[in-house]
Amino acid sequence: MTSSFSTGFSRRGAALLAVLLAALVAAPWMVNDYLLTVLVLILYFAYTGQAWNVMMGFAGQLSLGHALYVGLSSYVAAMMFTRLGVGPWLGLLAAIPLAAACGAIIGYLAFRFRVAGVYFAILTIAFAEFARIGFDNWGFVNASSGLFLPVKQYAHNDLWQLRGSPTMFYYVILAATVLVFVLCHFLIHRRIGYFWLAIREDEEAARAAGIDTFRYKMYAVMVSAAVTSFAGVFYAFFYNNLFPEQVFSISRSIEIILGPIIGGIGTLFGPILGAFVLTGLAETLNAVMSAFGVELPGARQVFYGVCLLLVVVALPDGVWPPLARRLGVAERKR
Amino acid sequence: MPFDVYLNVAVGGVLTGLVYGLMALGLSVIFGVVRVVNFAHGEMMTVAMFIAVVLFSWFHLDPLIMLLPIAAVLFVFGYALQASLINPFITRPEHSQFLLLVALAIIIANALLIMFGPDARSVQTAYAYDSFQLGRLIVDAAKLYAGVAAVVFTAALFALFRFTLIGKAIRACADNYTGALVVGLDVRRLYALTFGLGAACVGAAGVMLVLLMDPTPMLGPGYTLLAFVIVITGGLGSMPGALVGGVLIGVTEALAGLLFTPSVKSMFAFAILVLVLLFRPQGILGRRLA
Repeated sequence: MTSSFSTGFSRRGAALLAVLLAALVAAPWMVNDYLLTVLVLILYFAYTGQAWNVMMGFAGQLSLGHALYVGLSSYVAAMMFTRLGVGPWLGLLAAIPLAAACGAIIGYLAFRFRVAGVYFAILTIAFAEFARIGFDNWGFVNASSGLFLPVKQYAHNDLWQLRGSPTMFYYVILAATVLVFVLCHFLIHRRIGYFWLAIREDEEAARAAGIDTFRYKMYAVMVSAAVTSFAGVFYAFFYNNLFPEQVFSISRSIEIILGPIIGGIGTLFGPILGAFVLTGLAETLNAVMSAFGVELPGARQVFYGVCLLLVVVALPDGVWPPLARRLGVAERKR
Repeated sequence: MPFDVYLNVAVGGVLTGLVYGLMALGLSVIFGVVRVVNFAHGEMMTVAMFIAVVLFSWFHLDPLIMLLPIAAVLFVFGYALQASLINPFITRPEHSQFLLLVALAIIIANALLIMFGPDARSVQTAYAYDSFQLGRLIVDAAKLYAGVAAVVFTAALFALFRFTLIGKAIRACADNYTGALVVGLDVRRLYALTFGLGAACVGAAGVMLVLLMDPTPMLGPGYTLLAFVIVITGGLGSMPGALVGGVLIGVTEALAGLLFTPSVKSMFAFAILVLVLLFRPQGILGRRLA
């Protein structure tokens, strides 16, 4: 095998990564505003998918409530911005520990009492739903009437306040996606990553081998939640409006996890590829529908559902593993 | 507020809870035997609800009369679904099953949206505003009929599992998959039957809920979640547990809606879920996990 020892990627894999990154960096010069917004959405889901993958793909803990971390962080940053005039990066500093603490609480409650598998998944949904209804009735955060960030025309991009053009947001989320990719690559090739994989494959065996499974599962939840919190801050400042019904909704959580499952769970490339496939599919369906003048609410989602069904029936491991084998850049089996 | 009001609301909650219990029973039966979590459970219920709405508005067929026929339609739907799509997935990991059923849920909900539009449909039966008075207790007729029908349907299902050979065979599959294969049971067919029975439960529950509320195509996820909460509260794999959980959640929601605002009522259901998961993870009537 020609894998270079230091990075863990084969030469071909590294080349592929470089080409992809170059294309993404150059993209704003090549696409129109609409496509750029689609790319922002794709990278957003690549980012959140990667964050979720730490918990499920690496440590084997199925979370169906990641909207909780996105929602909490977006509200923290938005509240600090609108009420106190504190910028998003300081808001992020407050959001990260809060999300991690929430993850820790859920993890502590669940793992202490050996709540696992489907039960754990339902517990994560329960907390997200709890937050949704709570925020929906909490006057301090404007309850169900929503929270709005002031939108003005900005003469120049203000990175510090995260106010500016779509191109600026694009580069911010691109940088974040690259960073989280590097972080995941780093983690999975360290002791902690191997421990996670051991827990995912067989928790009893991992415990028998002397791994403190409780502690490492807690790390997985906290890392995943902390990483996800940036997505929440980004969401608040990109869309400028927050409704509990939307940010905490269960369908948000499902959107986050579809990408990595379609792309290939437990792989580093899966979440990225999955985001491209799913968002690309949704937008293509949109374009085709409007080209044919079909104005049928729900028709697009039916096609979307059928495509999901076909992928999951035909490719049990997701799109990336078979594709990687064909390209000759397969990551080592994990 | 006088005590009577609480009592009336609580009794209404018990009756609604019995219908919830039947819905959750469907999920519990499917998970207990096939080991697949039916994430399209709520969507299957909305299918039954809309069949009931269509039959009522076109042919004036009362939902209570159509209860068994619609449950039968859902049975066939569930049987076919398990035999064709889901069966290859029973050995796949949870997240893979989850994706399959979420895809199904998306298709069902949006197909209903295309056919019926986003607005709520209602069924105005002759007895919609009737009520019975027992001393100081006033009970809605529709709720009473729905609750009684739920109990009868559940009792029939209990009898099926307890006293028939098919029921015995299904229980054998649930207890020991390999053992069932060894003694020559047609596990594939029994799984399809079980899924069909689960679908029939949720279908019957949906028909009764039409009497209590107006269905919209996007109702599904909320009820899927509610069914989970009830099943876990009552005890996964315990059939009486589903009913007990349903009643507990039904009463809690009704009283929370009365004491606070109706919009926070499901928060209390989730609070109960969290408490149960923490202090009695096997559920109220569930057997202790191995």
